[in-house]
Amino acid sequence: MRIVHIIICCIGITSTYLVTAEAQTSARQSGYQSMSAENQALQDDPNANPAVFWLMDGQTLWKDSAGPKQKSCASCHGESGQSMKGAATHYPKVMSGKLQTLEGQINQCRAFNQGLPQFAYESKQLLALTAFVANQSKGLPIDVQKTANNQSDLKKGHDWFYQRMGQLNLSCAQCHEERAGLKLGGSIIPQAHPTGYPIYRIEWQSLGSLERRLRNCMSGVRAQPFEYGSTEMAQLELYLMWRARGMPLETPAVRP
Amino acid sequence: MSKTSRTVITMPDKAKRGEIIEIRAIAQHDMETGFRYDQNGKRIPRDIIRSFTCSYGGVEVFKADFYPGVGANPMVIFSTIATESGTLQFEWTGDDGYEALNQAQITVT
Amino acid sequence: MKYITKQNAERRTWLTRVLLLGVSVCLHPLSALAKKPEALEAIQKIVGSNTLNEGKVKLVLPPLIENGNLVVLKVGVDNPMTEQNYVKAIHIIAEGNPLPNVFSAYLTPRSGTANITTRVRLAESQKVWAIAQLSDGSFWQSSVQTMVTTSACTEEP
Repeated sequence: MRIVHIIICCIGITSTYLVTAEAQTSARQSGYQSMSAENQALQDDPNANPAVFWLMDGQTLWKDSAGPKQKSCASCHGESGQSMKGAATHYPKVMSGKLQTLEGQINQCRAFNQGLPQFAYESKQLLALTAFVANQSKGLPIDVQKTANNQSDLKKGHDWFYQRMGQLNLSCAQCHEERAGLKLGGSIIPQAHPTGYPIYRIEWQSLGSLERRLRNCMSGVRAQPFEYGSTEMAQLELYLMWRARGMPLETPAVRP
Repeated sequence: MSKTSRTVITMPDKAKRGEIIEIRAIAQHDMETGFRYDQNGKRIPRDIIRSFTCSYGGVEVFKADFYPGVGANPMVIFSTIATESGTLQFEWTGDDGYEALNQAQITVT
Repeated sequence: MKYITKQNAERRTWLTRVLLLGVSVCLHPLSALAKKPEALEAIQKIVGSNTLNEGKVKLVLPPLIENGNLVVLKVGVDNPMTEQNYVKAIHIIAEGNPLPNVFSAYLTPRSGTANITTRVRLAESQKVWAIAQLSDGSFWQSSVQTMVTTSACTEEP
C-alpha cells in the first residue's frame, strides 16, 4: 500500500510541475520587452529601423527577373509581395518530406523555379529577401503547430533544446527557460522566442538570421555549432517557432 | 571608381513660410571603422562616409562631418527654415569614391 | 609644549604634498575635463585658446546602454538662431573611443534650431562631450557619463 501511496504522490508532484510549467509558458515574453526603451523605439520606427535598407533591397530582388527562365519572385507571386502575407508564420514546415526553413524555401524556389544558383546563408541577398517576405507577416501570430508530418522533427528539436552541450555543458533550457529574466553579464536573458527574425542585431551591426544567432549561442557554450542549413538547425528552429506559437511576428526586429 | 548606396529622406512636403521643418536623412553604409580585424588577424581598412551636406535652393544650409565613431547606416536629424518652394539636395561623400545623392521637393505657402 | 615626533613630521610632509597635488590638479582647468590625452588634444584643437564655458548645451544619451554599437545621441543648444546670434558648429567627442572625434555639425542662421540627433558608436563606458561654437566666437560644453554594456554571448567568426 505504501508503494502505491508513493507512486501516487510522485504522479501528483510531476503533474503539478507540468501544469505549472505550462502556466509559465503562457507568461511568454518577446525579447522586445527586455530591451531598453531606446532600442524599442529603434525597432518601432520604420524609417529609423536600420533594417529598412534590407527590406528595400529585398523588394528589388523580389522583382528582379534573372536567370535562364527570366523569372522573378514576382512572376509567380505578384509584384507587391502581399501574397506572402502569413507565409513566414508557418515556417519551418515539412514540404515533400523535407523540413524546410524560410531561407531554405527561398533558395529552393531560386534553384528549381528560377534556375538560378542558391544564395549563400547570411549573404546580403538572402537576408534581404527573407526579411522582405517575413515582413509581409508582421503582426500576425506565429502559426507552427504539431502535425503528423513534423512531429518527429519537433521531438528532435525539443531534445536539442533540453540537451546539455559544449564545454560549458549547458542546454538552451538552462538559460532560456530556467533563468530567463535573470542577468548574464550585463544583459537580461531573454526567453528566446524567435519572433523577429531576421533581426538587426546591434552587436552584429547588420541584419542576421536565426541560424546565425543560434550559432552564436552554441559558440557561447563552446559547443560545435550546427552548420547553416543543416537538419539539426531546422529541427531546433521548428521547436523554437512551435514554442513561440501565437506570439506576433515582429520582423524586422532590433536586438542589442 | 564610384560607389553609391540607398538613402532615405524623411521630411514634410508642405510647409508655411518661416516654419521650422525637421529633416531626417539616413544612408545605407557599413561605416567600417578601421579598427576591426578579419579572421586572419589583418586589419580591415577604414571605409566610411566622411561628409553630408544639405542644400536648399542651391544654398548650403547644413553640413556634417562623420568620423568612424558614427554608427552604421548613419542617420542625422536636423532642422531648417522653410523659406521658399523648391528642391532640397542631399549629398553624402566618403572613402573609396563613395557618393550618394538624394533630393526632396517642398511647397512653401 | 608641543611634541612633534619624527613620525608625525613625516606624516605631515606627506599629507602636505598630497594636498598640494590635489589642489593643483583641481586648479589646472583642462586636465580636469578629459581623462585621455587624445580626447584632450581633440578638444584643444576645437577650442584653441578660447575659454570653454559650461552651459547652454544639452546632451542626451541613455545612462545605461545595452550595446555601444548603435546609440542614439541628441544634442541641442539653447540659442535664438538668428543672423546675429546662431550656433556655428556642434562637435561630439567620445573620451573612451579609439578616435575621440565622433561627429561635427555645421549650422547656419537658416537652421531654425540647433537640435541634432544622430547615432554613434561608444567603445566602452565613458564620458561624452558636446562642444558648441557660437557665432560670437564663444565655446560652450556639456558632458554625459555613460555606462556601456555588451552582449554576454559574442560570436566566433
